[in-house]
Amino acid sequence: MSSDARNLYPLSEKAPHLVRSKTGLRLEDFTVDAVLEGRVGAQDLAISPAVLRLQADIARATGRDRLAENFERAAELVAVPQETLLNTYELLRPGRARSAEELRAQAALMRRDYGATRIAAMIEEAADVCERRGLFTKRF
Amino acid sequence: MTQNRPPRWKRMLEWDKRPLRLDSFSEESPEDGFAVLHSPFDPAPGLKVGPKGDVLEMDGRKAADFDILDAFIAAHHIDVSVAKEAMELDSTLVARMLVDVNVSRTELERLARGMTPAKLAEVVGKLSALEVTFAYSKMRQRHSPGNQAHVTNAKDDPLQLAADSAIAVALGFDEIETTMRVAGNAWANALACTVGAAVGRGSTLFQCSIEEAEELKIGLAGLATYAETVSVYGSERSFVDGDDTPWSKTFLTAAYASRGIKARCTSGAGAELLMGYHEQRSVLYLEARCLCLQRAMGVQGTQNGGIDGAPLTASMPGGVRELMAENLLAVWLGLECASGNDTRTSESEIRIGAKITPYLLAGSDLITSGFGSIRAYDNSFNPSLFNAEEMEDYLVLQRDFEVDGGLAPLEEEKALHARSQAVEALADVLDELGLATADADMKNSVIFASGSEDTETFTPRRTLQISRDIAARGLTALDVVKALALRGRRDMAENLMSMLRQRISGDYLQTSAVVRDGRVISAVNEPNNYSGPGTGYRMNQPRWDRVKAVRGTINRSHVLAAEGNHEPPTGSAQLYSIGIAAKGEDPHEVVIGISPAFGDRLHCTTAGHAVSEVLDALTKGVLEGGGMPRVVRIRHTADTSFLGLSAAHLAGSGYGIGVQAKGTAIIHQMDRLPHMNLELFSNAPLVSLEQYRAMGRNAGRMTWGETPEPIIVTNNGQALGARFHPRVALLYAIETEMTEPGAEPEEMFFASPERNA
Repeated sequence: MSSDARNLYPLSEKAPHLVRSKTGLRLEDFTVDAVLEGRVGAQDLAISPAVLRLQADIARATGRDRLAENFERAAELVAVPQETLLNTYELLRPGRARSAEELRAQAALMRRDYGATRIAAMIEEAADVCERRGLFTKRF
Repeated sequence: MTQNRPPRWKRMLEWDKRPLRLDSFSEESPEDGFAVLHSPFDPAPGLKVGPKGDVLEMDGRKAADFDILDAFIAAHHIDVSVAKEAMELDSTLVARMLVDVNVSRTELERLARGMTPAKLAEVVGKLSALEVTFAYSKMRQRHSPGNQAHVTNAKDDPLQLAADSAIAVALGFDEIETTMRVAGNAWANALACTVGAAVGRGSTLFQCSIEEAEELKIGLAGLATYAETVSVYGSERSFVDGDDTPWSKTFLTAAYASRGIKARCTSGAGAELLMGYHEQRSVLYLEARCLCLQRAMGVQGTQNGGIDGAPLTASMPGGVRELMAENLLAVWLGLECASGNDTRTSESEIRIGAKITPYLLAGSDLITSGFGSIRAYDNSFNPSLFNAEEMEDYLVLQRDFEVDGGLAPLEEEKALHARSQAVEALADVLDELGLATADADMKNSVIFASGSEDTETFTPRRTLQISRDIAARGLTALDVVKALALRGRRDMAENLMSMLRQRISGDYLQTSAVVRDGRVISAVNEPNNYSGPGTGYRMNQPRWDRVKAVRGTINRSHVLAAEGNHEPPTGSAQLYSIGIAAKGEDPHEVVIGISPAFGDRLHCTTAGHAVSEVLDALTKGVLEGGGMPRVVRIRHTADTSFLGLSAAHLAGSGYGIGVQAKGTAIIHQMDRLPHMNLELFSNAPLVSLEQYRAMGRNAGRMTWGETPEPIIVTNNGQALGARFHPRVALLYAIETEMTEPGAEPEEMFFASPERNA
């Protein structure tokens, strides 16, 4: 995908056929009637990794490589359950992890259980810098 | 001790009472962190890159000494492929490129990716306030400007939140942000705003501002579509006190995107100063660090330009220039910018109006990152720069400069319709979901309320219970869709559904994305392409027609219609033409020359007096002064001086009074130059009937050779031009239209009430 990706945007108008929810529903499946008939549930209100990667391609094609990387990290997090997501965020906050090792273990878990290599690399980078800066002191 | 106090200049005492004097002004002192665009402690720009492309040194600090911000910026912001070229460019040259219409936005963004925070700050520090404004208009990301509203109230009342969300959407806000007085009310707030925003044109992006983890949960339930509380800070210790690190915020940003929620960071001048860790750096340099960090994190945008620290920055010399300079940095780095203007930075309405003006001229993705669309006392974020009180002032500023500030006037009838729809719909949803029942009195009090002081609504305990129940039962936006549809509110259900559908395509995750009439518009499909006159965003005709339609505009037919309402009541003084007027002979005769439309097509002065009453007062006055009044209609001119002079030429005494229908009156004498009159009431809106009578009296006394005291009409500084000139111009045009060159004056029989009797 190069500058062509820009022609897909917005996906909802230019390329709706490429869009699936995390649960596999198409855009046209999201109707009021479908909600009333119980064919769409809360679990369906979720973006898919494939769509996030498409948005990453679009961002990159407009010269926004860092935004693209964010969407690629996001794609890795789609499968991560809410509780794990919140716990990982919490662990990255100052003083929550007691040592760099705790963060590295979380990185390993993200890589192993969710194939989240970019996220894992980011957590490991945090472990290294926070270790050098002594940011594992307890705060409360 | 007090007896020797030197006398004060009274002007100073008056100034002491101006609202401006409530503002505080601080001196620059870089060692205490009070430095705006530059501090002597700021590092000089510099970058050393190793053979493997790793940053060895940045802005005077070696890699081994990098703090968390340096480390993240060096690793993820600095694009080493362009760094050498960008860092070697002379900063003044780059500053000139920013205001050069022949250098494209994309070329400048490419260079910014190779610049360090100190370099970026040095460049924008070279621009004047005007140049910053211009550069901002060129560099901002989305083609058309937008705006964001705060929708909150002091009671966290869901009914009022729904009504006010509907108003915000109807006014044109692209985003709505709510927060609460009581954290536990978050879910009720979110649900109420979601319902209210679905009234009308098709919903909008919506945020519920609360602690990060809770915000994510609300977003996950479909009850919020964007997040703005991803705060970052420009020094390590303030970052840590903010309870985050660059990595936790990067993770959170990705987490939001993974749930289809738009996110932007928050930073801004003065935050580090307020938090006590400014490291003696200028506020601009610290903010440049924040913004490089944000680009590095991969967030699509920022809200900056002071935010909570704006009043502190605005207290410093050049502070307001700095606030816009940091907004410029944001867009130069390719970020969406919600450009501050949320916190109220002054008690002076003049400073407030001046603060917003460059943003209106330049346009911005979101001109304010929180316009208080509700009354200031209901603004749970603290009063915004503009609040509901000043909404119409803002709308008029758009009209004055012919600029799009993202909003358009809203007629009262449409506003009430939207409020009532929102309140009824929310009541239906609460009832359908078994959360609460709102009675008719509650609903009515909210529909017509300006703010929460006017409402009779749920008790705080009840609201808290609603919120707890929503959370405990795990209700989502789909339950709201269902409830709306079941209660026959299909259009609103469709609007909400279309917002939820957007979440699946992720289109609004791109830079500067907003949802307008169900369509996503962003810097991807509608990028700012400004490259000089004839390019860039301009309102199209339908948009301009809406923006300029402020309340209370007048035209000729309005003026004539208003005049129709002021026809003299039956039985009051009447004017009858009785032939051509000749020169009088009585040495005490004073001719009152009325204008062509006086009492004919125009019946009311700008002060609101019936013209017959004015004429009555003048004639009575002349008699009291010992003169003999005679009324003549002058038909060849409507000009005050010439009316007076023509009247004087006809008068046996040589003294005449000229009076226009709008009430301007003059005493003239026959052998004087046209503009050398004896007395003039030029500010007609201020003249009382008693003063007209006194003018008549003076004219009468003049015929006896006396020199009476001129009548003084005091003007205490009203902007009469602003109040009356459109009407005056239209009234006067009616007068001049009725003049006939060379027409003879007409003798008038003025049947005053006494004469009628």
